[in-house]
Amino acid sequence: MTGTGSDLRRVRRDALGIGVYALAFGASFGTISVASGLDVLQTSVLSLVMFSGASQFALVGVVGSGGSALAAVGAALLLGARNSFYGVRLATLLPRRDVRAPRSLATGQLVIDETTAMAVGRDDVREQRYAFWFTGAVLFVLWNVGTLAGALFGRAVGDPASLGLDAAAPAAFLALLWPRLADRTSRLVAAAAAVTALALVPVAPSGVPVLAAAAVPLLAVLDRSAVRS
Amino acid sequence: MIWGAVVVGSVGVYLLKLAGLSLPGRVLERPAVRSVAALLPVALLSALVAVGTVDGSGGITLDARVGGLAAAVVALLLRAPFVVVLVVATATTGALRAVG
Repeated sequence: MTGTGSDLRRVRRDALGIGVYALAFGASFGTISVASGLDVLQTSVLSLVMFSGASQFALVGVVGSGGSALAAVGAALLLGARNSFYGVRLATLLPRRDVRAPRSLATGQLVIDETTAMAVGRDDVREQRYAFWFTGAVLFVLWNVGTLAGALFGRAVGDPASLGLDAAAPAAFLALLWPRLADRTSRLVAAAAAVTALALVPVAPSGVPVLAAAAVPLLAVLDRSAVRS
Repeated sequence: MIWGAVVVGSVGVYLLKLAGLSLPGRVLERPAVRSVAALLPVALLSALVAVGTVDGSGGITLDARVGGLAAAVVALLLRAPFVVVLVVATATTGALRAVG
């Protein structure tokens, strides 16, 4: 079966729906980034080049709480690692020319949560490829437009704390975390990670408590493998 | 310093995306690696929520942000969309500061 006109129309409609969400999400990012101490250009470079929501929020979150550049980069990379796994999956769906240089340089930039979900959710090859590229292009444009608008708004706001904007970053992390708490293991890991990070806040430099929490899933999985063997 | 984090972090995250497409999938397909990768965002996001809510000048500070995050939890339980959750958290925190 090949994708028909109405199938592709459905892909476009779904992608535009996600795009509206990306516009608002991008605007939140822009506002939070500027409130965290980045300027408008730095904020836009993140959305253009990093182009991965959770990593971007993490980087500005660590910078905003006074963490070092190294800790900020570490948090962004650890959150960005999941995209590598999406890439492995997409490499089996997309045509070879899309995953080979030079085209892979553009394909790679669009390997994120939403494009993977849209492509993997279709059963026809042409539809999968269309869903990936169409969703990716819509998201890239709207995410960046939203970011710029949010950053300019954030710059216009004088004192971020008086508006409560310092609560926006942790609220954003909570909203990103929420749908990932469906199973018991995830909830345990989330609780252990929060406790680990909080225990380190008084003694470790800013940014380090968040990075230390990355050890929790490692220990959880090692422990489970040890129990099984 | 911020520029360094922006440039290195951006290029690094981009290379991670590219790596999945280009590298042979065998390493990343091991079950233990997949489990850790699935739980990493959970751990980091949870730590970022905790630290972002209570950190302040080298220690733990309980202020209006805690009320804002509690309001965000209520919004999430009511299935509010992302932006509404942020607005609720921000407005609650701002309001608590204005009256406190």
